[in-house]
Amino acid sequence: MSAAAHRDGPPAVWAHAWRSGAPLLVAVGVGLLMHFAVQPAVGAFKARVLVDIGINVILAVSLTLVNGFTGQFSIGHAGFMALGGYAAGALSYYGSYQLFGAAAFNGGVLSWTASQGPFHGPWVGGGDLLFVAACLVGGLVAAGAGYLVGLPSLRLRGDYLAIVTLGFGEIVRVVLQSTQTQLSQAAEVAATPWPLLTLKLGGALGFIGLPFYTTLFWVYLAVALTLTVAIRLKRSSYGRAFLAIREDEVAAEALGVHTTRYKVRAFVLAAFLAGVAGALYAHLVGSINAGELGFQKSFEVVIMVVLGGMGSVSGSTLAAIVLTLLPELLRTVTGSVNTYLPPAYELPDLRMIIYSLALILMMILRPQGFFGLREIWDWRVRRRPRPA
Amino acid sequence: MDTQSIDPLMKLVQTLLDGFAVGGMYALIALGYTMVYGILKFINFAHSDVFTLGAWVSWGLAARALRLEGAADAGGTPVWAVPVVLLGAMLLCGTVGFLIERLAYKPLRAAPRLNVLITAIGVSLLLQNVGQLRVVFGPYPKSMPALLPDVTLLYVAGVRVPVVDVLVIGLPLVLMLGLEWLIFRTRVGLAMRAVSYNTQTAALMGVNVNRVISFTFVLGSALAAAAGFLYALKYVGLKQPADTTWVMLGLKAFVAAVVGGIGNVRGAMLGGFAIGLLEFLGVAYLEPLYRDVYVFAVLILVLLLRPAGILGRAAVEKV
Repeated sequence: MSAAAHRDGPPAVWAHAWRSGAPLLVAVGVGLLMHFAVQPAVGAFKARVLVDIGINVILAVSLTLVNGFTGQFSIGHAGFMALGGYAAGALSYYGSYQLFGAAAFNGGVLSWTASQGPFHGPWVGGGDLLFVAACLVGGLVAAGAGYLVGLPSLRLRGDYLAIVTLGFGEIVRVVLQSTQTQLSQAAEVAATPWPLLTLKLGGALGFIGLPFYTTLFWVYLAVALTLTVAIRLKRSSYGRAFLAIREDEVAAEALGVHTTRYKVRAFVLAAFLAGVAGALYAHLVGSINAGELGFQKSFEVVIMVVLGGMGSVSGSTLAAIVLTLLPELLRTVTGSVNTYLPPAYELPDLRMIIYSLALILMMILRPQGFFGLREIWDWRVRRRPRPA
Repeated sequence: MDTQSIDPLMKLVQTLLDGFAVGGMYALIALGYTMVYGILKFINFAHSDVFTLGAWVSWGLAARALRLEGAADAGGTPVWAVPVVLLGAMLLCGTVGFLIERLAYKPLRAAPRLNVLITAIGVSLLLQNVGQLRVVFGPYPKSMPALLPDVTLLYVAGVRVPVVDVLVIGLPLVLMLGLEWLIFRTRVGLAMRAVSYNTQTAALMGVNVNRVISFTFVLGSALAAAAGFLYALKYVGLKQPADTTWVMLGLKAFVAAVVGGIGNVRGAMLGGFAIGLLEFLGVAYLEPLYRDVYVFAVLILVLLLRPAGILGRAAVEKV
């Protein structure tokens, strides 16, 4: 710090503000670019794929914090996503009733999906603020659950912890699926006190009728912030503490890392991000169903992290992108092959078979994943410098 | 189960019967988890899918056996069907277990446990999704043909005990007695216990460790297949191979292994019945919706309060 103070340039306070504020500006810039430049250029279908990619990137990168950096093994990530989605949905759905009289879209141009038609309205509407609040609340509720799940990791290692996280995910699913029927009349909503509304989340049928707010803008804003947090975390003293726990818990403790505290922190942060991803997902589809967010979804995220590299932010990002695109690609390939085959011999959906084989082969041939702990940019540095 | 206006004793007996029936299956599956854990120190995540495979193979063999006999129209089921289907399923699943160990786990013998766990998840997903292929079992639920006549053997406090229930409760007991004998009275069992106690020392004493590991996988998979056969026989409706219900059953069996003390064969048997009874008592006397929640709550409690399980010994981590 003292060296920086002697240097000429802006005062330290400004440098600090810039370091904290720049990512936010960049994130907003990325979001605006995706919303106003990319979305009209690629069309509705590809825009939707891009949104899916963004949500999966948030999920994969957040799980990297736990499974990659800290070396814990969580396979209940979809549980956090479900919690975040339900909490956010509850706020935006019942909040819309209280504020606007109906659970309808009330936002500005940033939350308007172009495919729904032309939009004439303000830049930012009251609904947008509600939506942002819902995403944050979703993240916080998930983070609270992350704290609870992180606690057993004080005593459990490796595969036991994996089972507990899996059990947690299933408990979340069962509990959310046994909530009461949701209210859909403004008068009923107005007559019910808040605490009771949080129990009425649709049960086994899923929580439906949520207003649509998620657009490329919000998703890529969240993606940019998530990536910034993850990359900066990895280089910070926090991140090094995480990595130390991953390498050797006992040695890390001997060096003064409060291992339990850091493990719980990793869980809380990852759960928060997964909760935000769930909130984005809920307001993308307009509904959320815990039945779809069981361990199969968790495994999908685990596969992304494992294949991309346990501890590589860019690696798991890349894996999330590839693994979101792969089903679309496969569908086109099998579709075009199947047109030449009689119905009895048509190729089935091979996605999960390919994933599982990739997982097994990866563990045998390259157990650290494609990128291991390295980032894509580290990779280039190791090579000889390119000729100028 | 008819829950309306039945007297408390009947309800209790019925609950205990259901609990013991499902507990026996859990125990059989838990034995596979616990034996593999005892020797290789990792959770064989794919074990629940071997159980699923057992149930589905039983379905396939039973359908074939009845077609051979033309029993679907004649109405009678051949007497040999039950043992043939059971042994066929056990043999096939034993082979699959052997292959899984050879192809997926053996190359990772020296790798960190986390890698083996990820591989196991991969194997699990592979088995599920290969099972879903139309050329294998197909992506639809099927129903198991009735191999046993629907005969009532006896009444306990007014509760009907059909012959299926007797088999479902009796077969696990018989198999467990056999396993006890195998592990504690034979040379193979001695080798298994030796490898489980200390792999390197056992190898120095001339135990062929790889063969013992293979044998353990075959044995565990065959027991899981027997559990799958009993499941198909008792519950008839088989969900498609990648359905969540299968993994949940397998996980509860794993919980049973942990509750009993993982690595401990008798603990797995005890844990299986404990978990089965707990689940059905919870369903009958508390909220039925939360039947999975009870089991996982017990898991978390046991892991926090007594991580070594009921019969397990606490291990000290050496640095």
